[in-house]
Amino acid sequence: MARPRRKAAKSPPAALTVVVMRLYIAAGSTNSVKAVANLDAICREYLKEGYELEIVDVIKYPLRAVTDGVLVTPSLAKLSPAPTARVAGNLSDKSSLLLALGIKAPVK
Amino acid sequence: MSRAGKTAPRIPSKIPTGISGFDELSGGGLPRSRTSLLMGGPGSGKTVFALQSLANGVRQRREAGMFVAFEERPGQIIANASSFGWGLPALARHKLFFLDAHLSPATVQSGEFDLGGMLAILKRKKEEIGARWIVFDGIDVLLTLLGNPVAERREIYRVRDWLADNDMTGILTAKIDGGTSGAVQYGFVQFMVDCVIRLDRRLEEGVSVHRIEITKYRGSEFSTGEFPVSFGRRGLEVAAADSLELSHAASSERLTAGFERLDEMLGGGLYRGSSTLVTGAPGTSKTTLAGKFAEAACRRGERTLFISFDEAPEPIARNLSSVGIRLKPHIRSGLLRMYSARTEATGAEEHLQKLRSLIDEQQPRCLVIDPLSAVAKIGKLSTSRGVANRLVNMAKDKGLTTIITALVKGDDPQTEATELQISTIADTWIHLSYLVRSGERNRALSIIKSRGTWHSNQVREIVLGESGPTLTDVYAEEGEVLMGTLRWQKEAEEQARTLLRRTEFDHKQRELEFAEAETRARIAVLESDLQRQRDELALNSSGHEARNLSSSERESTLRRMRNARPAAPTVAAAARTKRPPTPGAPGKTGDGAA
Repeated sequence: MARPRRKAAKSPPAALTVVVMRLYIAAGSTNSVKAVANLDAICREYLKEGYELEIVDVIKYPLRAVTDGVLVTPSLAKLSPAPTARVAGNLSDKSSLLLALGIKAPVK
Repeated sequence: MSRAGKTAPRIPSKIPTGISGFDELSGGGLPRSRTSLLMGGPGSGKTVFALQSLANGVRQRREAGMFVAFEERPGQIIANASSFGWGLPALARHKLFFLDAHLSPATVQSGEFDLGGMLAILKRKKEEIGARWIVFDGIDVLLTLLGNPVAERREIYRVRDWLADNDMTGILTAKIDGGTSGAVQYGFVQFMVDCVIRLDRRLEEGVSVHRIEITKYRGSEFSTGEFPVSFGRRGLEVAAADSLELSHAASSERLTAGFERLDEMLGGGLYRGSSTLVTGAPGTSKTTLAGKFAEAACRRGERTLFISFDEAPEPIARNLSSVGIRLKPHIRSGLLRMYSARTEATGAEEHLQKLRSLIDEQQPRCLVIDPLSAVAKIGKLSTSRGVANRLVNMAKDKGLTTIITALVKGDDPQTEATELQISTIADTWIHLSYLVRSGERNRALSIIKSRGTWHSNQVREIVLGESGPTLTDVYAEEGEVLMGTLRWQKEAEEQARTLLRRTEFDHKQRELEFAEAETRARIAVLESDLQRQRDELALNSSGHEARNLSSSERESTLRRMRNARPAAPTVAAAARTKRPPTPGAPGKTGDGAA
């Protein structure tokens, strides 16, 4: 029902944690397209160790969104590691997204 | 006022909200398959209005609905509305869908978002339950999150188009901060939607007052201006029922106002369905009069509602029983319902609402409100006046025969005219007052007006006895009706005079009887005299004949002795005597002589 997209690191060391996320989008909407692109960029830059992302199209699977309590799209759920987090929006605000994901932004 | 006209075919059909008063105000409800905006400050009743429309849709037309809560959790909303008796939990299982769109404070925002996903969810749910209505409660919360005017507009248009595409009637609710800025806030939303309703809560002299106003309704006429709103057991209610046209049925049936003498003063009693105002200072027996009326109604077997302000039913029933008015048996039998309201507790509008639901429950034919003037104490006078007015009209609409009491300051009934102004709409106006004279305070009753009936213009004294109130006989002296001791004196005098007259009469009667008896006795004596005299007379005449007879016998003896022929007259004389003559005797004598 969803489109799982896995991108594992070449050889993840056992100590490294994999970030599990789920992105809810409304396929076709500008914000959703933006969100996918923004998240992709973030993952490439900061989650080199490994992450797991599932993208759910709410228009196709509305009941899934109801069950998960997702209303606005796009919206990202960080499922693990703890603490979990919710981010609403097209993920254009990088700093707040990194904060929510628990990633320390490199000080430039 | 109205934007109807040029585009007649586009007049939108309306969907009733089932909110009493609002559907009249808006000429049928909200625009069908269009969007309406409800604006109002905190606690002005936006959510109640929206939820009530939904619940009514399900209950009255089996139309399912959806409720999107941006601000509160659906659980809280359902719990808050439980006091309204719409049976929301049951409705929520099948016909109502609540979507918790409350964004958790933990949610981090990063960039723009839209409602595309949510509308997809709602579309799915709409198809599932067949919803016709949707409420977006607290759309302002969403707009705040969107954070920029462009996004706000875009999402509102998205919602509107979605409603139109899905043939849904939408209600958006939005908070405003009160004051005049309300008209400016959400300006674009107001332009976009087809109907804008403003709800308002404000304090007037320490009492919170709710108002509703339709500020925009595309393609429809609507009543302009603010209308009072009240919250009762069935929810929100708009006091728009002041229909311009009055149409009360006029009955010619007369009912007793409580007791016979008052009915006489009213020229035969009160008309059924009429309203009577009883004014008076404290202690002038207004309640007693009202109680007597209620008792009489119950005795006729008519359901009656007795509303009292600031006095509990028990003491009223007890106090009235001391003047012979027994209400308790009727309370037990359910014919009489007594309800006591505390004036400070709620606003005048709430009282009206409560009364309306009581009338619906009890279904009375007679109504007593004692005293309605208590309502004037609540908040602004103009509000109370409106409430009192509507109350009387409501009673008339329902055909109730009503007695309303009102406390007046001092002894001038005209002060009522400056307070609640019921006197102008009441059919009958009875005024009770104290008249102080000769060191006494007596209760007086007068009828100031009584529409459509002859009525007495006299001021009468009202007396409370063990068998209830009554009006005393009238004694007027030098153009003034006597009351209290003066009246009592007059009564006593009257009684003494009557007694004297009676005694005199009896005496005369006896005298005459005696005279008659005397005359009769005299007649009897005279008659007996007469008889005696008659007897005497008879005796006298018979004595004379006897004497005649004896002399003729002697004559015939003499003649026989002388052999003379008996004289013819002698025979005749003998025949006249009562003793039968001895016929043979003369013959024998003759034979003997021959």
